[in-house]
Order: sequence, then C-alpha cells, then structure tokens
Amino acid sequence: MSKPSVKEVLLNPIFANNPIGLQILGICSALAVTSNLKTALVMSIALTLVTAFSNLFISMIRSQIPGSIRMIVQMVIIASLVIVVDQILRAYAFSLAKQLSVFVGLIITNCIVMGRAEAFAMQNPPGLSFMDGIGNGLGYSVVLLTLGVIRELFGAGKLFGVEIITLAKDGGWYVPNGLLLLPPSAFFLIGLLIWALRTWRTEQVEEPAFRMAQQVITKEAY
Amino acid sequence: MSKKESTSRTLLVALAVSLVSSVFVAGAAVSLKPVQIENRQLDKQRSILAIAGLGEATMSAREVKDLYNSRIKARVLELDSGEYSDAFDPKLFDPLKAARDPKLSDALSGEEDVALIKRRERFTTVYMVEQDGKLEALILPVRGYGLWSTLHGFVALKSDLNTVVGLGFYQHAETPGLGGEVDNPKWKALWPGKTLFDDAGKPIIEIVKGGVDPSSAQAGHQVDALAGATLTSNGVDHLLQFWLGEQGFGPYLAKLRTQGV
Repeated sequence: MSKPSVKEVLLNPIFANNPIGLQILGICSALAVTSNLKTALVMSIALTLVTAFSNLFISMIRSQIPGSIRMIVQMVIIASLVIVVDQILRAYAFSLAKQLSVFVGLIITNCIVMGRAEAFAMQNPPGLSFMDGIGNGLGYSVVLLTLGVIRELFGAGKLFGVEIITLAKDGGWYVPNGLLLLPPSAFFLIGLLIWALRTWRTEQVEEPAFRMAQQVITKEAY
Repeated sequence: MSKKESTSRTLLVALAVSLVSSVFVAGAAVSLKPVQIENRQLDKQRSILAIAGLGEATMSAREVKDLYNSRIKARVLELDSGEYSDAFDPKLFDPLKAARDPKLSDALSGEEDVALIKRRERFTTVYMVEQDGKLEALILPVRGYGLWSTLHGFVALKSDLNTVVGLGFYQHAETPGLGGEVDNPKWKALWPGKTLFDDAGKPIIEIVKGGVDPSSAQAGHQVDALAGATLTSNGVDHLLQFWLGEQGFGPYLAKLRTQGV
C-alpha cells in the first residue's frame, strides 16, 4: 500500500469513502441528533475532534501498544477524550448538553472512531492520522448537517431555531411534515442520500450478493 | 515472543495508558466543576421560574438571575413540624446533600417509601413568589424514582394551596422519547389548574392511563399518563403522593391552611 497523501486522507472520506454513506457506520447517532441543526452541528464538531485526537494519540503510541490489548488501549483513549468533551459541553453549553444527553457519551461506541483507530492510526504516523480523523469527522458532519437541514427546515420550518418558512399554524402557507422530526425519517433520508451518492459515483455500487438464475423451463408451471 | 508482546510489557503499557488518561479526565472534571455547578444552579433557577409561570424560556443567564432574585424567596423548612427554620442559609442549604447525611435525614421503611427515595431529609427548601407581601405561588421541591433514574422537579401551587400552577422536572435520565417526555411542554401543559387535595387535605391527584374523561367528576385531579412510559408515569404519581402526604409537605400545608398564608 502506498502512503496516502494528506489531501487524500482529508478529502476522500467526504464523498469517495464517506463513513456513513459508504461504510454505513455511525447511523445510530445520525438518527438521534439530527432533528435540529444545532445539535447536529455540536455532535459533528464533538465527533470530529474525538476522532482526530484519538487517532493522533493512538498513532503516537502505536509502536508501543501490544497486540493483545490494543483494542482496550484504544477504548481507554477514546473514552477519556469523550468524557472530556462531555465535561466541556456541560460547562459551556449546558442546554445543548442536556439535549444531546446520552449521545455525547455514546461517541465512545461510535464505530467511526474505533474503526479509524484500528484501520488507520495503528499503521500511520501521527500527523497523517490526525488529518484522517478530521477527514472522517467531516464526512460524518456532511451527512449529519444535510440531514439536520432537511429535517429542521421541512419538519419545523426553521434553521438553527430561526424561522425560515412561516408555518400554516402561524398564518403561513407551509404545513410541516411531522415525520421528519421523528428518528425513522432519518433512515429514509440516509437511504436516499446513499442512493444519490451511488448514482453519482457508480464505483461505490456493490456487486449484488447473488444473481437470480435464468429461467430455463419454457412451460408455465401447473 | 517479541519484547513488545511480553506480559510485563503489556502490563506496563496498560498501567501507563490508564494513569495518563485518568489524570487527563480527572483534571478536566475538577477544573470545569465550578462552571458546571453554576450552570446547574442557573438551570434550577430557570426551571423554578418556568414552573411558577414567570419569565420566558429565552431569557439570558443574567435575566434569569435578576428575575429570580427579585421575585423568588427561598426558605428552609423543617418537614415534620412544618415550621420554617433559620438554622440554615436557604442560599447554601442543599436538601439532596442533607438526604445523604444520617444526622439530617431519616431512612424510610419500605411501606413509607412510595417514591423510592430511600432517605428523606428533615429540612428542605421551599420557594415562594410574593406580590405585595401576599403569597402568589408556593413552589415545592419533589423527587422520586421513575424507570431508570430519580426525577428531580418542582410543583407550584396557587395561594389556595390546592390548584397547580405548574409541574416540571429539571433533572432525570428517563428514556428519551418515552419517559423523557415528562419534559414535553404539551404534557406539562396538562397540569396547571388541576387540584391536588380533597376537602380533608389528602392528596387525590392521580395519573390515569387511557385518557381523562373530561366530563367525569374526577377530571379536576386526574392527568393523562405518558404513552409508552407506564413506570415513569407511576413514578410521577408516587412522588406526588409522597411529597404531598404526611411524610412530605402535608404538615406544612396543613399549618398554612389553618393559620392562613
């Protein structure tokens, strides 16, 4: 494997190798925090920082970590970072921290963080790993913010809590789609996003798991 | 086996990583604590104001503090006698800390402990909204166990000491979307106007499943349960029964009723 360039690790995860779009990781939090843009943004920043710094620290000590306990060492580092992020949010963005509730803590179990630590930081130098973390964080953020914009705009007529479309109940013309405020809608939207992404970049389309055999009997069954 | 994979090396790395991480985490937790405590206090004041129907949700931290200081009067109360106590400063007294202190609290037996709080403090803080020296609303702290967590909140009563002005919880960890809906403004809006006590002063407020029939005679003291959150709803019901009853604010409210507010 040739050494990836900084530009590659930073920009590839945004569309070419998106953690949510292609690797289908980190779906749980993408459903939970995207009903409004503000929590989606905070979650994106938190996850980007955690992924970047966990990659950095794990990469720094990668040659020291014994193989038998590498997962646990990664977990300890990730968990410590997440706790610090949670503490900072509680101190400086209390109401947001309340809204995000358990999901900040659940960054610990977010597959993207662990996946990058194991797949990238264990083999690459610290600087590059840090950039890889930022890149994957950006990939996650792009999807989260897209979902956040769609869900908040069409579900509540607002962006960042500021009214954009006046709702019918306040004398406007728009009747909001309440489904968009519920978590399942994010499933549909992620599905549609993946469809769009794979139509645009056809190399992401997977081989079908099986093909239906051709019909060989010409007569209809009785 | 290479040197890196040896047992002693593994233990050393594990120890070093744990040590560095714990210092890091502890450092962040300790250094951010003062700001967090201030936030929590502000959040509590904000929810007291909201439950008493004062101010707006969008107030800044400063406005909350000013409004709280100008309108809300806090007093420490001895629960059993129903008398105010000057032994503690209401600004500094923490009823939750008192509930953990054996000298300031009593263990509850299984039968008494309907709200599942294990120990009840002897003193607590009540909050009053006054207008020209007359009581406008009385705000009582309540707490009790729901499904996963202790719900901490307030119930505000009108000056008739029976009608609800508001009810709300400022801290809990119930399931988001189910029990967490105790925070839903729509559910909280069901509470104002409900009556808590019967003529004898016994708590009769209850949370009912399947919807309140508005035409029934009991509708005035019944509230719809939360859908999909039976245990949280039961928890709220039980904590009200406890805190409004003899073990809670019963003696205090009885005293206020006979002596006038």
